[in-house]
Amino acid sequence: MGRLNVTLCGLPLDNPVIPASGTFGYGYEFAGLYDINVLGTFSFKGTTRQARFGNPTPRIAECTAGMINAVGLQNPGVEKVISEELPRLKACFHKPVMANVSGFSVEDYAYTCALLDKEPQVGWLEVNVSCPNVHGGGMSFGTEPRAAAEVTKAVKAVASKPVIVKLSPNVTDIVLIARACEDAGADGISLINTLLGMRIDLKTKRPVIANTMGGFSGPAIFPVALRMVYQVSKAVRIPVVGMGGVRSAEDVIEMMLAGASAVQIGAENLVNPFACRDIIAALPQVMDAYGINTLQDIIGGAH
Amino acid sequence: MKQSRFEITENVPLTGSVYRMRIAGDTGDVARPGQFVSLRLSGYYLRRPISVCDREGDCLTLIYKTVGAGTRAMSGMKPGETLDVLTGLGNGYDLSESGDAPLLLGGGVGVPPLYWLGKELVRQGRRVTAVLGFNTRAEVFYEEEFRALGCRVTVATADGSYGRKGFVTDALPADYSYVYTCGPMPMLRAVWRATKPSGQYSFEERMGCGFGACMGCTCKTAGGPKRLCREGPVLRKEEILWDD
Repeated sequence: MGRLNVTLCGLPLDNPVIPASGTFGYGYEFAGLYDINVLGTFSFKGTTRQARFGNPTPRIAECTAGMINAVGLQNPGVEKVISEELPRLKACFHKPVMANVSGFSVEDYAYTCALLDKEPQVGWLEVNVSCPNVHGGGMSFGTEPRAAAEVTKAVKAVASKPVIVKLSPNVTDIVLIARACEDAGADGISLINTLLGMRIDLKTKRPVIANTMGGFSGPAIFPVALRMVYQVSKAVRIPVVGMGGVRSAEDVIEMMLAGASAVQIGAENLVNPFACRDIIAALPQVMDAYGINTLQDIIGGAH
Repeated sequence: MKQSRFEITENVPLTGSVYRMRIAGDTGDVARPGQFVSLRLSGYYLRRPISVCDREGDCLTLIYKTVGAGTRAMSGMKPGETLDVLTGLGNGYDLSESGDAPLLLGGGVGVPPLYWLGKELVRQGRRVTAVLGFNTRAEVFYEEEFRALGCRVTVATADGSYGRKGFVTDALPADYSYVYTCGPMPMLRAVWRATKPSGQYSFEERMGCGFGACMGCTCKTAGGPKRLCREGPVLRKEEILWDD
């Protein structure tokens, strides 16, 4: 094992760095910029049963140390992802990929996961019960322990690959939801999705985002994310993937000390397209600076 | 797309709120008029997408309007300072469809990308007409610069304080082969209605990344959803779908 190697739900990763869903498309935009095989893996664009255009624009608003997005799960639908996106990805990414799935009913989740589970390229299913930008689905499954458990059970029933449930921070007690998912058979938990936020344009006196609200991400949310990763990883026995405002090798290490087995990087990819490559390159030096021999050893080190 | 550092060589006001910045660096990925670059500004999270007004060797001309705190901060930057720039973004205009007498229609800060386009079209021997629209006399810029390229130039102001009174659509020439346009949405829509020939329309939208990753700037077109930062910002007249 190298210094950066970790294991996520039984599958080895060369390093814990994973671009987060929705900030990395289906990979090939970034494959034109650098060899994306340096990544641990990446979580592809949230995929649903049917194709979705998403929300009207503006979908983006800038904030201090972050941004709000309300894309609304734009994606070509699971069949096209399998017939078009995955073959394109195969040409530039030779590791198992994390398939991010969203839905509007329990059956939706199970249907989409069942199809993606059969794809040899897919290593993990990341089940998003936390999208704040769609109505009647997404986050509504992740704010209530019973609903989150129901989705988890339905997906587990059709999946042979590890199932990671992605949680919303927009809840009173994220630990309750995480435990419900674990009890329902989840193999891992990833958190946090974006925090519900909004901006108002002083000139028009109207919300900037066409959908009024959206998901707030970026460096500003790092302490909140870190705290939740810490709480959840202490409360569950399954691995936790930490994310939220991570933008440096130092942040990755901090997340792992809080209890993350792997770390996703989201918004930072959008402002620095080379962020993940640069973080991976910086890790050994930063580990040296803090006397860290291997990353696998530091997971939950702050507990 | 490339990410590299550029040095500011000039940053001067053209009007009360419109500035011209010239930056020097690796312009290897700046291929066509109508493309844009994206600047990282210290203290601001998202990059600022700015259209390329001209490319001469290793120098890019960017003309921008101070619309918020970010662009106001940008207007205070001095020659010698450097910027982190993503270059070669967007599809840009396709010059091959211009015909003999292309018409350029620009509104406000939609005017700049048409400058490099006009320069290239003149170089190809086209008879280029430019109609530049502004709100008022004090906001007019680049009229002489377009004329110096060899374009026939008409300026229109909404309040009639300079040139023709009205919008660019009130100052259309009698005859033209093709339309290239850039400006605010209501102007693009008016141009779409008022002109017969086909054309290419450059759109503006709030962007997250500017290079196709976040789906923040997607619009509906006759050819399916398009990311304005990647499959745009230039759309062909035939593929544009208006909201209603």
